[in-house]
Amino acid sequence: MEHGSYQDQSASTFSLADEDHTLANSLRFALNQDPRVAVCGYSIPHPSEALVNIRVQTTGDPAKEVLKDSCQDLMMICQHVRSTFDEAVADFKNNRGSESE
Amino acid sequence: MPKVSLWDLPDLPQNQLPPHLQLQKTRVVCNNDAPTNVRSTENITYSGAYAAIGVDNSLRLDEFRKNFKVKVIKLSEEDMEFDLIGIDASIANAFRRILISEVPTMAIEKVLVANSSTVVQDEVLAHRLGLIPIKVDPRLFDYMSENDVPNEKNTIVFKLDFKCERKSGERRTVYSHDLKWLPFGSEYVLSTENSSDPTSKPKTYTSFTSSQDSLPEFSNNPITVTPGIIISKLAPGQEIELEAHAVKGLGKTHAKWSPVATAWYRMLPEVVLLQDIEDEDAQKLVNKCPVNVFDIEDVGKGVKRATVARPRACTLCRECIREPGWEEKVALRRVKDHFIFTIESTGALPPEVLFSEAVKILEDKCESVITELS
Repeated sequence: MEHGSYQDQSASTFSLADEDHTLANSLRFALNQDPRVAVCGYSIPHPSEALVNIRVQTTGDPAKEVLKDSCQDLMMICQHVRSTFDEAVADFKNNRGSESE
Repeated sequence: MPKVSLWDLPDLPQNQLPPHLQLQKTRVVCNNDAPTNVRSTENITYSGAYAAIGVDNSLRLDEFRKNFKVKVIKLSEEDMEFDLIGIDASIANAFRRILISEVPTMAIEKVLVANSSTVVQDEVLAHRLGLIPIKVDPRLFDYMSENDVPNEKNTIVFKLDFKCERKSGERRTVYSHDLKWLPFGSEYVLSTENSSDPTSKPKTYTSFTSSQDSLPEFSNNPITVTPGIIISKLAPGQEIELEAHAVKGLGKTHAKWSPVATAWYRMLPEVVLLQDIEDEDAQKLVNKCPVNVFDIEDVGKGVKRATVARPRACTLCRECIREPGWEEKVALRRVKDHFIFTIESTGALPPEVLFSEAVKILEDKCESVITELS
């Protein structure tokens, strides 16, 4: 859910339900790495309520697009982590198999 | 740091920071009283941080792909230790949090007690049964919501039938391996008003249309629980007769659904000797460290020097810098982007599969945010 202004698309706050620090901190990191972002941060209004507010202020581009791009970046990071990890585990198992022979 | 004139400073290659800033950016310095430089939120991680010096701080995807490495140190059926190098703390922490609370498992939720004459109260017994790990792949099952009928796709049924004979005179222990898997579903009949059709099969608490035994995954591989866990103790004459239904859930709802005993990470410790430490001092240093991080090497001419042999084993107890004067000789640091992950599984899934699932779950979360925004 986006809270922003119709005139200025470059700054808005996104309210994500059912989320906590797990996704919000990683998204904040991915947003920070994007050079189009001027300010970004997240807050959790109350710990008993699963709600996260992510604030994005950009240097001109619409904030929604920048957030979507950062989510994409985070997904690519995850995919790369997963493939590298699977490769490393397969290598380890092969090496261990060849050692015990 | 010794004072050097501005004109004598060495030229740095493009896109590299001067060494003292590089240290501040990539290492946590552990002093005698407290660590410094810990939080990367201290204005160093945004992409324009070093723009004034002309250094690009943004984590472009290709850079990340080039520098990211995974090294597996130990892998067994129950636990694994591996290194993630080149990733940020927020993502490593996200993986840890997902491993503990958002990877689904099966655990006993409903317990139908037909007869219990033990001293253990029913609810305590049910609580203990819920905490027993069930060794089955949770991906083969669906979640069960409140309106769903328990069937073979979302429930696993166990039976516990135990009686301590009066003549034996000895107490007997009920273990978790006494739980028997019922692949055909519940055996307790639902009490219904109309028993007009005596030939049809009576309705039970679950409606299995086919036996779980017939599924290829379970045909030669019966579903078991972790053996050897004490459920209760019975004195002569006491008995337990109950049925336990297990469903799929997340650790977020209740810790019994957490697939890991625990999962944790630590940053790689880095021990650097700032000065040459020789002879007596070297021996003192080697004796001080409780985990034998330092070693003595003979340099020749009878001079003994201390070297750092096993920095990875360092627990940062700071014994080596506790006494005054030693802090200038030994520098204790942590590398900010090198994480030593340890995952201990409870048996449902092997630890490498657990980590893979956790990464998949983070990807799914990102995707749901993207669809919500579009």
